[in-house]
Amino acid sequence: MTPPRRQRRSPGPGRPAAPAPDDAPTPDGAPAKEGEVRNPERLFVIGGEGGGERADIDLVTLIVARADPPVSATPEQAALLRLCAAPLSVAELSAYLSLPFSVVTVLLTDLLAAELVQARAPIVRQKVADRNLLEAVMHGLQKL
Amino acid sequence: MDFKSSDTIPGPRTEDRLPHTAEAAVKIVIVGGFGVGKTTMVGSVSEIRPLTTEETMTQAGIGIDDNYGSASKTATTVAMDFGRISITDELVLYLFGTPGQERFWFLWNGLFEGALGAVVLVDTRRLEVSFDVMGRLEERGVPFVVAVNTFPDAPRYPMAELRTALDLPEEIPILDCDVRRRASSRDVLMTLMRFLHSLALKGALT
Ligand SMILES: Nc1nc2c(ncn2[C@@H]2O[C@H](COP(=O)(O)OP(=O)(O)OP(=O)(O)O)[C@@H](O)[C@H]2O)c(=O)[nH]1
Ligand SMILES: [Mg+2]
Repeated sequence: MTPPRRQRRSPGPGRPAAPAPDDAPTPDGAPAKEGEVRNPERLFVIGGEGGGERADIDLVTLIVARADPPVSATPEQAALLRLCAAPLSVAELSAYLSLPFSVVTVLLTDLLAAELVQARAPIVRQKVADRNLLEAVMHGLQKL
Repeated sequence: MDFKSSDTIPGPRTEDRLPHTAEAAVKIVIVGGFGVGKTTMVGSVSEIRPLTTEETMTQAGIGIDDNYGSASKTATTVAMDFGRISITDELVLYLFGTPGQERFWFLWNGLFEGALGAVVLVDTRRLEVSFDVMGRLEERGVPFVVAVNTFPDAPRYPMAELRTALDLPEEIPILDCDVRRRASSRDVLMTLMRFLHSLALKGALT
């Protein structure tokens, strides 16, 4: 028996290798971006429609509280601030709070503006990767 | 939103807390079709019990434009499991087990774009479900390796035959694994890292 076969593809036109803009479909009927055509339905993130400014937050941005929850904090904000007394990724905050990633992002945007939390940006892939970083990760994996 | 009082939220266990020195994180994506072993792989190497992050979206029927405003919307939740490996006191690695359907990827802004690289998990009983995933990674310029999760009743092909079937260039690693075993999952991650390292060397030379 022979396996089914595929054909490799090349980097898409106009799509930078890294980092690329997000692929969120536009909610307002603007022309569909490349790759969207195949989608059988339109997808929207809750709270992502025409919303205000959002801080640039990644799933693995590390969040650390800078202060105790103020009395004015909402229950969600207070819970989030307690969770990140020690650094915690946004993904972990989303998991522990049982809140969607987009909702956590909105919460964090306010907390960052109020200087109640600090965000430590992730290291993202570069065109030419940092070899020291890769070697550090390999060394860490070897210890597993 | 129905939100529990903050006192009832179980946070990380004491041993699951990161040190205050944790400065930055990197991520690797494990992507593959339904039931291929993504969650098992995350769990076998993670230092924390795998967690789940969710995203909720609405789907609107694509229909005709003039009809669009009245289209009924339904909420859909897409979940993604993830785990964590502390590399040093300053650096943390996160592993995300991501469903193969590309139409959900945009939900997690920059998930693939910012990742160091990806592991494509394949099951030889359903090889073709990974074709589209691999094509999408190629289009986005995300470096990846292929790991064949060997289920007992799955057909075994010689690696050369699999490489041809998957149309994989010679430099892209492909290897067998048993994602239930920590050592095997770690080998897959090491293979990805060595591949990324070789790309970095090449990039530095040009
Ligand atoms: N025999 C065998 N079973 C495996 C292996 N890897 C995973 N399984 C089993 O296959 C099933 C599916 O594995 P999961 O890790 O949940 O797969 P997944 O890709 O996360 O699945 P979805 O998230 O549902 O798409 C589980 O019952 C695993 O125990 C393997 O290497 N060998
Ligand atoms: Mg799973």
